[in-house]
Amino acid sequence: MTNIGSIISIVGVLIGLLIILIYSLKGRDIDRRVIFLFIFLSVAFAILFNIEFKESPTPIVRAVFDKIENMPPGSRVLLSFDYDPAMKPEVGPMANSFVRHCMAKGHKLYLMTLWATGHALMIESIEEVLKPEFPDAVYGTDYTSLSFKAGGVGVLNVIVTDFQKMYPTDDNNTELSELPIFEGVKSATNMDLILPIGGGFPGPKEWILFIGDPGNVPVAPGLAAVVAPQIYPYYPKQAIGLLGGVKGAAEYESELRQRYPQFQDSEATALKMMGPQTMAHIVVMAFIIIGNISYFRSRRKNIDA
Amino acid sequence: MRKGPVIVVAVVAVLFIISLISRMSGVPEGTSTFESLASAFWVTFAAFLTLAVMSFLYKDNPFYKFAEHLYVGVSAAYWMCLGFWTTLVGNLFPRVSETLSNWFEVPYAGFHPHYLIPPALGIILLMRLSPKGGWISRWALAFIVGTTAGLNLPRFLRSDFISQISSTFMPLFVQWQGFGHFFSNLSLSASGQLVGMLSNLVIFVGVFCGIIYFYFSKEHKGAFGVGSRFGIWILMVTFGASFGYTVMGRISLLVGRLTFLLDDWLGLIQ
Amino acid sequence: MKRIIPVIITSVVGIVLILSVFFPMAQTIGEDFSLFFDIIAVFAFFLGGGNLVRIHIIKVYRKRPDWGFSIVTLTGFFLTLVFGMLKVGGENIATSVIAEGTVLKIIFDNVIAPLSATMYSLLAFFVASASYRAFRAKNREATILLIAAFIILLGRTPLGMALTGWIPESFSVLQIPNLAVWIMNGPNLAGQRAILIGVGLGVVSMSLRLILGMERTYLGSDND
Repeated sequence: MTNIGSIISIVGVLIGLLIILIYSLKGRDIDRRVIFLFIFLSVAFAILFNIEFKESPTPIVRAVFDKIENMPPGSRVLLSFDYDPAMKPEVGPMANSFVRHCMAKGHKLYLMTLWATGHALMIESIEEVLKPEFPDAVYGTDYTSLSFKAGGVGVLNVIVTDFQKMYPTDDNNTELSELPIFEGVKSATNMDLILPIGGGFPGPKEWILFIGDPGNVPVAPGLAAVVAPQIYPYYPKQAIGLLGGVKGAAEYESELRQRYPQFQDSEATALKMMGPQTMAHIVVMAFIIIGNISYFRSRRKNIDA
Repeated sequence: MRKGPVIVVAVVAVLFIISLISRMSGVPEGTSTFESLASAFWVTFAAFLTLAVMSFLYKDNPFYKFAEHLYVGVSAAYWMCLGFWTTLVGNLFPRVSETLSNWFEVPYAGFHPHYLIPPALGIILLMRLSPKGGWISRWALAFIVGTTAGLNLPRFLRSDFISQISSTFMPLFVQWQGFGHFFSNLSLSASGQLVGMLSNLVIFVGVFCGIIYFYFSKEHKGAFGVGSRFGIWILMVTFGASFGYTVMGRISLLVGRLTFLLDDWLGLIQ
Repeated sequence: MKRIIPVIITSVVGIVLILSVFFPMAQTIGEDFSLFFDIIAVFAFFLGGGNLVRIHIIKVYRKRPDWGFSIVTLTGFFLTLVFGMLKVGGENIATSVIAEGTVLKIIFDNVIAPLSATMYSLLAFFVASASYRAFRAKNREATILLIAAFIILLGRTPLGMALTGWIPESFSVLQIPNLAVWIMNGPNLAGQRAILIGVGLGVVSMSLRLILGMERTYLGSDND
């Protein structure tokens, strides 16, 4: 059923593109709403028929995976949810993969956020991934969550030298000094790895500028696609690797599934998204080609005239 | 009332019933009818808001305006609530008042008189709302601007200037083991030596020429002009890459919303 | 006086924060100033909320066009504010403000999340429309841009490998996914770094101008 559905939707999209091409060649203007409907339907069909592909990690993603994989169990990993619901489809899967990987490796996980909207999404990850999939994980020993604080870079400038000054208590109002996970943690520079996830301000760039570089802490950001190219200049010295957009998330999910069979049945949101994503990329590229064909045709006509 | 909105409301109502039926049939044991109803209501409300925003693609309409106005109001209050509970209750009250700390059940950290400065500046900032006291709000604004400048200056200088320049000076001969080794293993393999060398060369020359393009105090002629020309090509590749990633990102958001509509709301995906 | 005091505040705060990077004794003051900044940021949220309420109340009061929608804004604002400030649905006063079960979390999940996500997802439609109407290979630069974009768009999906997977290992950089990776790590990195260095210098010089009191536009005009 899935295969037949996929073939029907791909054929449907191709026929649609052909019709648009013919219309364009005739010099007719296509209403923008037709374009909107077309992209809507092509993505919807790809979702409905569950078109899935296999992924393998690129070196820049593998660098992040290997870092988490090769750190000794019990290493301190700080995961910052610096994103909002608008970015969640592409970076949310990264956060969940990092949670799964770190917990499976036995690392200590410090969850926090610089975005008010990220606070709710952090809780969502804890409730939907961490607690159900790792029921033995003990709060305060294996993981902890810190609340949102206003100020962005102001927060980073305090935790780079003193964690407790910024966070006297955790998200549940327990003093940090009472939590075993904070034994020996004076500042964010005591972390073994920082995984900032986001794509706005404050976000991964600020983590590199305010914590990674001055504190000499390895940073491996998970980025929304829009900002990913801007973070490449920090690789590999200031960021040990990075995950860019849903493709980066899918590569990580795929590697996690391959190395940890227990995650075979966990939800792989990013991998599922790659089908509709591919379909939409094809449509956008086809639009560019059709637009250019009609442009060059009309230009030639004008020159001939 | 015009026909269009009535049809939209009717369609949403029908979909609500479908969503309700799909939800009530698949609920875990122990879930009450009220909880199923509430769950179906909220998810349908979220779907309605989603469709209301999407309706803007057809044309501006009252449903979109409703959604837009609701978003602005609710978001502003959400940020205020989080700011109050996490930062004022979490960081300010424990440093200025034992009574407030006890009331909000946060550990009192002792009286720090200098922590009266930020609420004072905060209140001064709120004076901006008053028509005549606006000028004094500049004091708070000056503090914000001064902090931002003071925080940014050393960090940008270190991470975005010095480190970026030092990262650009890379060995142009990667894993060099002599000409014999180089030519006998010559290939265009993605992980090969030649491609690695080419990358480093492109980075070094590209950064240099990119900066030349941004330097407007000298006319872009001769060798300088050639550098500038190469710089703009590199920048065009950069913008192309950014465009590709932007398309990817925006499509992901659409996939996310459609997955919500088709799966979370209507339960159409197995 | 209206301008001198703010300039002094900016300079002192800026200089102290710069010194706190280099001198450990200034570190505590640097931390305190950062915390002050965080606390003032909350008041900035209040300012934003207050301004929103003021504008929409005026709109309703004067019955300006679409004033009915301002009631929606105000209702949404005050309801969320009451539920959030009183932690309605929370177990006790010490629970997280956005804990599972609170009304604020329900509002976030079912109002803020869908609205925020859908607003941004609209851009997908506009990108598709723009790609049909606007992206033309009119000259050499635009062609380079489009080719790079194509390689990235193809290379970041499994389609790239499906089309060029047949290319042998000794020429594997020509496989579209590898080419996409090379573009990102080579020319893209170079171009972004050139921009980053320029922007970095811009931020540094602007910060210096602010701290030295040479840049005062943020203070507005004297009539304000």
